[in-house]
Amino acid sequence: MARLQLKKVVKSYPSGDVIRGVDLDIDDREFVVFVGPSGCGKSTLLRMISGLESVSSGEIIIDDQCVNDIPAAQRGLAMVFQSYALYPHMTVYQNLAFGLENIRTPRDTIAKKIAEAAKMLQIDHLLDRKPTALSGGQRQRVAIGRAIVREPKIFLFDEPLSNLDAELRVQMRAEISQLHRQLGNTMIYVTHDQVEAMTMADKIVVLRSGNIEQVGAPLDLYNRPENRFVAGFIGSPKMNFLPGVISSIDSDGVQVKLDGDEEPTILARVDGAGRTDGEKVTVGIRPEHIHVPGDQSTGRTAAPNGGNTVKLAVKHTEQLGSESYLFAELSGGKRVVVHLPGQTSARIGDIIDVQIPAPSCHIFQTDRGEMALPRLDAPIDRPTTPQTDQ
Amino acid sequence: MANRVVQFLTRTRGHGRFHLTDWLTYGYLTIGVFLMFGPVMWLALSSFKTEAALLQFPPPLLPYGPAEAEVEGYDRPLPLYRVEKEDGSETIMAQVRRIGLIAQMVDPDDPGTIVKVNVKKRKRVEEFQLATENYSDLWRQFDFPQYLWNSVFITIVATILTLIFNAMAAFALSKYQFRGRTAVFLFIIGALMIPPTIVLVPTYLVVSGMGLLNSPWGVIWPAIATPTGVFMLRQYMLTIPDDLIDAARMDNASEWRIFWRIVMPLSAPALAVLAIFSVMWRWNEFLWPLIVLNRSEEFTLPLALNAFQGELKTQWNYLLAMTVLTLLPVTFVFAFLQRYITSGIASAGVK
Repeated sequence: MARLQLKKVVKSYPSGDVIRGVDLDIDDREFVVFVGPSGCGKSTLLRMISGLESVSSGEIIIDDQCVNDIPAAQRGLAMVFQSYALYPHMTVYQNLAFGLENIRTPRDTIAKKIAEAAKMLQIDHLLDRKPTALSGGQRQRVAIGRAIVREPKIFLFDEPLSNLDAELRVQMRAEISQLHRQLGNTMIYVTHDQVEAMTMADKIVVLRSGNIEQVGAPLDLYNRPENRFVAGFIGSPKMNFLPGVISSIDSDGVQVKLDGDEEPTILARVDGAGRTDGEKVTVGIRPEHIHVPGDQSTGRTAAPNGGNTVKLAVKHTEQLGSESYLFAELSGGKRVVVHLPGQTSARIGDIIDVQIPAPSCHIFQTDRGEMALPRLDAPIDRPTTPQTDQ
Repeated sequence: MANRVVQFLTRTRGHGRFHLTDWLTYGYLTIGVFLMFGPVMWLALSSFKTEAALLQFPPPLLPYGPAEAEVEGYDRPLPLYRVEKEDGSETIMAQVRRIGLIAQMVDPDDPGTIVKVNVKKRKRVEEFQLATENYSDLWRQFDFPQYLWNSVFITIVATILTLIFNAMAAFALSKYQFRGRTAVFLFIIGALMIPPTIVLVPTYLVVSGMGLLNSPWGVIWPAIATPTGVFMLRQYMLTIPDDLIDAARMDNASEWRIFWRIVMPLSAPALAVLAIFSVMWRWNEFLWPLIVLNRSEEFTLPLALNAFQGELKTQWNYLLAMTVLTLLPVTFVFAFLQRYITSGIASAGVK
């Protein structure tokens, strides 16, 4: 069992606060990913959990015990560092054994545990080598192995894949997920890469400048971003943001007149309660939610009910074969990115009619926090893992 | 092997011919070798000369001594002379004794007949001769082993303690965040600027107050904390990634264990440099031991060398032999560890 609770955790430096009152519950066996742009404090938060950074105020609780004053060595956690941090003067075996020797594990137990871990990670043929004689992927495995042999309550990963090349990263991503299923430990994983977060996490914690922006299952964050920052951070390519003014509110949703004389009006199926006509808002539309009817090559003909029809001028296209991107402009010149499955027949200079389903549109307030208006239709997709319900 | 040595020593700038710059380079290097190595060679050769040979003028380069021969009927070997006969030919004879201007000599082949020769008509026969007694007498007549032991003990113990204490200070200054860290560091750097002679008297009073006079520890303790060593090791330890130390902490290692198992092995190049320096400093140190050690059985080698230079008479042959012996250990240390010096100094960024 390893349950982690953060209560109003703050980290202050003379130059300012890096973590500003974080509250978070992490359940046993959960795979949690901290994600955010660089400098958002995600690594600092991880180091505070590990015990390598002190806590300025608030409490870190592991299994109902406040660990604020317990040194890193005694918290029973293991960490995989971005730089791997393998001891360069020791062989792989000695690297793996160091932590166990420190807790006075008998020699034969050490040998057994290392043999198991090495087999699981397929590094058993490398045990006599020094870290300098290993490739990046092998070093990564050794670093993970060093964490595994200690059988920690919680695994901490600090951007472990950022030094690997793209192909290896995909492979290691799958292996770490596999490892989590196999070991069943609680894992906390820090990354700035939202793809890693989406693919691996049971629960994603989005951080920005020391605050938690949203916590939820990957698809929750994708479907129901609570504010404009999360909406923009999760999803690739980035959500299109179009400024506008509320023109009418009714039970069908909210109508927004986009800024600019020639720009169209967009209907979004969101709850407009408490909003007033004429309020400034931002409309958010994901590139993959814009449909191009009649584009024969995609086979996709019509949008679902309640669609907005908008004219787009295509300025640039990128065809990747299995998918295509259109970089287009609305009639008033606002830029919009469209992501289409398959190949497109649209050419540069074409003016095309696209449909934007009202249930796929998001509306964000423009005041502080840029909160999203709640969506009326619950998206069909739900997270598959049961314990991540918020 | 020999081939490669020749190849190495006759390298040119290129094209296999000697260029002007090659001549200049070899000339410069030869002069350098002569200047640096000449005195040491002369010292080594002179240490094998007898006391009499040392006083000859002009001084011979190689150790020559008078040739002697066993002659029947005489207990001791007699010195050989080249004697000019009346007919102008030369013969080798042994001298029995000399009375005034007349020397009594015998032909080694005819020991019975004594021939009287004018001292101007004879010349000493010299031969290459190593006066090894200069060295062996050091053991028999003087307490050389005791001096050697004193020096070795002080050098080794002081070096080990220097490494440990300086490394601990450097570890704290490079890897811990604490209030006043910069101040402490600047203080240590500042200590570099104080010449040792300035603190001689205060240190003496402290050492004397602690009852360490005439004890090797009186030489060892004051020498352990060197600002140069702390500075050098700190600069090197700054290059050890903090992640390694964090990883060790996550690996349940105590700070003490991190120091011994992670930081010390990774600082090996800098430690080697400091070890060489420390050995040279302690081995050659003269002024401080001279003040602290007054009893001759506590003398280190430099003090013993000094003691040979009496006010009225200096036993040059022993002095030179002992100087050679004193030079040897530090030469070996330097020769075998010098590659660490260059790499270590380069990485630590100090002289």
